[in-house]
Amino acid sequence: METIFTPWQSLGGGLLIGLASVGLMALNGRIMGATGILSGAIFGGADRWWRVALLAGMLCGPLVVLLITGDWPTIQVPVSNTMIIIGGILVGLGVTFGSGCTSGHGVCGMARLSRRSIVATITFMITCAATLYVLRHVIGL
Amino acid sequence: MKLFPIFLTGLIFGVGISISGMANPAKVMNFFDIAGTWDPSLAFVMGGALLVAGIGYRIVFRRPAPMMDTTFHLPQNNHIDARLLGGSAVFGIGWGITGFCPGAAIPVIGTGNVNVLLFMAALMIGIFAAKALQKRMG
Repeated sequence: METIFTPWQSLGGGLLIGLASVGLMALNGRIMGATGILSGAIFGGADRWWRVALLAGMLCGPLVVLLITGDWPTIQVPVSNTMIIIGGILVGLGVTFGSGCTSGHGVCGMARLSRRSIVATITFMITCAATLYVLRHVIGL
Repeated sequence: MKLFPIFLTGLIFGVGISISGMANPAKVMNFFDIAGTWDPSLAFVMGGALLVAGIGYRIVFRRPAPMMDTTFHLPQNNHIDARLLGGSAVFGIGWGITGFCPGAAIPVIGTGNVNVLLFMAALMIGIFAAKALQKRMG
């Protein structure tokens, strides 16, 4: 499935993601990592409420975009439900054992030059690209 | 209300994800499919986010403490171990299969997109399974 190259929207979105990460660190000194925030909101104790507030804000993001542009964000999924379930379970296992995902390691960790995050990010980028290569060009899905 | 600024931070993140294209699996997958229908947009997301976070963190860390807490909560573990490598490798495989990652899927739950909801359910199963496994492994 072809997608349109959107350098300006993507750059703008990236700048906002960076701004939110800096904002959270400035406010309560926390890493803007989706994995930790989601897990903490579910399993966390007394200090879970800032995570719930943050998640509530995240959930309202697309609504703001809808009000301004009149459209929900585009979501095109070129894979089957079975693949979504298998992939989703692997993502859940991986981010928990790997202590982070694209936001926590890829943005926040890389931005503060954490060795663990740099290694994690390189690792998941390589396995992601390799998996796609095998699925699309070797198996031919 | 102390939680309101944090809510706003989440809102900025959610808007950023929505306009960036990160929540669109087709776009995420095409970024990694250099040999096929390549779409380099995601490099601009990563670049923009790292630019702001890299400079912003430096400014924030000049202060002795965050505004609403007594200390910065930064990960202290500095070891590259099997869990980090294995976990990240498995995450990448899952990301390649679905095109969804947690930070991109969470904000768009409210769109009601069935694929997003299915991914979130599978993600939660994976997280619960990993927590159970980690308890056994100690």
